[in-house]
Amino acid sequence: MNFELLTQLIVNGLIVGLLYGVIGMCFVLVYKSTQIVNFAQGEFLLIGAWVCWASLIYLELPFFVGFLLSLCFMAAFGVLLQMVVLRPMIGEPIISVIMVTIGLSIFFQALMKWIFGISPQSYPQVFENQSINIFGLNIEMAYLMSTVIALVIMLAFYFFFKHSKHGLAMRATAFDQQVAQSLGISVKQVFAMSWGIAATVSATAGVVIGMVNGVSDSLSIMGIKVFPAVILGGLDSIVGAIVGGITIGILENVAEFFDSQYLHVGNMYDIAPFYVLLIILWFKPYGLFGTKDIERI
Amino acid sequence: MSSLTMRPCGDFRTSYKQDNTIFETKTIRWVAILSIIALCFAPLIVDGYFITLLIQISYLGIAALGLNILVGYTGQISLGHGAFFGFGAFASAWLSTSLQIPVFLSIPLAGFFTMGVGMMFGMPAARIKGLYLAIATLAAQFIIEDFFARADWFSGGSAGSMAEPLTLFGFAFDTDQSFYYVALFALVFMFIWGCNLMRSRDGRAFIAVRDHYLSAEIMGVSLNKYRLLSFGISSFYAGIGGALYAHYLGYVSAEGFTIFMSIQFLAMIIIGGLGSIKGTLMGVIFMVFLPEALEGIVGIMKMTDWGNIPMVVDGLAYIKEMAIGLVIIGFLIFEPEGLSHRWTQIKNYWKFYPFAY
Repeated sequence: MNFELLTQLIVNGLIVGLLYGVIGMCFVLVYKSTQIVNFAQGEFLLIGAWVCWASLIYLELPFFVGFLLSLCFMAAFGVLLQMVVLRPMIGEPIISVIMVTIGLSIFFQALMKWIFGISPQSYPQVFENQSINIFGLNIEMAYLMSTVIALVIMLAFYFFFKHSKHGLAMRATAFDQQVAQSLGISVKQVFAMSWGIAATVSATAGVVIGMVNGVSDSLSIMGIKVFPAVILGGLDSIVGAIVGGITIGILENVAEFFDSQYLHVGNMYDIAPFYVLLIILWFKPYGLFGTKDIERI
Repeated sequence: MSSLTMRPCGDFRTSYKQDNTIFETKTIRWVAILSIIALCFAPLIVDGYFITLLIQISYLGIAALGLNILVGYTGQISLGHGAFFGFGAFASAWLSTSLQIPVFLSIPLAGFFTMGVGMMFGMPAARIKGLYLAIATLAAQFIIEDFFARADWFSGGSAGSMAEPLTLFGFAFDTDQSFYYVALFALVFMFIWGCNLMRSRDGRAFIAVRDHYLSAEIMGVSLNKYRLLSFGISSFYAGIGGALYAHYLGYVSAEGFTIFMSIQFLAMIIIGGLGSIKGTLMGVIFMVFLPEALEGIVGIMKMTDWGNIPMVVDGLAYIKEMAIGLVIIGFLIFEPEGLSHRWTQIKNYWKFYPFAY
């Protein structure tokens, strides 16, 4: 057994898993406050990464300026999307809402392919040296940055929801929309805000992943890979999303390791999370931390 | 279903049998029969390309009807219909080439194989619904797609597999014109079967499960049984549609049956109208002709001055994809009940013409 490779893979899994956790958190945030399952989450990553790339290449801005610019753009984009497309869908059956986000996902994926082409593009060099050595493990700088960013985002989420007025409003809306409305919370504003936050944070993740792998169409797959993570943790638990994300990130790397060493089935990296997803749904239909649906007649 | 539409004055029903007919009025029945007869003469009148579109409508229509039984009538969601469609295609190709089973038998057998696979993945579906089910079927989509790429014995791996043309009593249906009749027969047969299913006890149970599953369970409708059954029937339809597709093209490759195909099936039934058999067909026709129409528009634009923008001409594939996304969103926002609802409204408008309010 190749322990060195295994540790390296587990560390990689942990780092990628943190990113899954961040994307999963956005997903749960939108689901909790607006009851919408966002199948277009991956496209947020994609659009964010492309906008950032375009601002660096065409406008030739320095990295952090372009990065901030694309975040502002994504915040506006998320709010606008909620106002134009998703507001009319409030109160519609769940399949319609799912299908609208799927429609958005198809549309933006095709639009991005149309505008930017299908070949992957890489960001200009941001760090001096590409990777550093920590305890004998090779870690790419971008990954290190992504870990820091992921942790900062998670902390920011924590403080936002615990200690800010808007966070409290969002929690109240998630708890009971009608009660929240009667207490003077603007539910419309909360909905728009949650989409804005989700788009911005997803775009951050998109840029970070784009720095490592290059920006391409495949970024939108992240939006689908996040499903096993959120289901594992339960759809309406933010902590669950983080735990689920890390678990899935490690799991896919470990599955890849065992596959390449012993099984030789191939493609385990992409497919193992979905097997896990099915098994979880079989035994715990509401995930590990999700609230069970109890219905009264 | 029958009670939803307007009946002519004086047409009162006195028995359940009368109330449960497939066609609500005599006129509708005659229109249906005459249009099927007219379709039989289609190869003599229209050109070959149009026939290929009609065949496409047939096999996609069968699969879409299966999905509508699951989504529109039972209220379950499936994002894996494209994979089941593909499974039917590969199963029929495999049965006919490797096991030497005659093609007219391998098509229904492929349907049953797909039914088995569908029920296997539908098993957790008996316990979950809504969102979690959508995600479980999404997993099924990826797992089956992965299986196609990997199982060389079954699907020929990345090379794909060949499917023999359908032969019956020594006559090979290997041209578009002859296969058209097979497809038309299958379409009519499966649609009549679908209509009859919805008039039966099981069909009413599906609708009860969709409308209020708790009440249905209290009334004695077994939720697990009917959810699983609905999954099975929907995959059966997908399998038949897929098998027809395989024997029509003569070649199946794994690339086609992606999540995008599943979404297209969902788009068809949403555009046509959830829980409407007539609507399913309308939706399929819409979705088959949409890319053709776009191609036509781009073709016309090419003739004008500003049509030669390379972005438009080269991006036709993307424009088609974007159009599908836009159509889904547009229909859900502006016409959530689909084309079949709009059709009924137009019909009623003319029926009451001077007195409509």
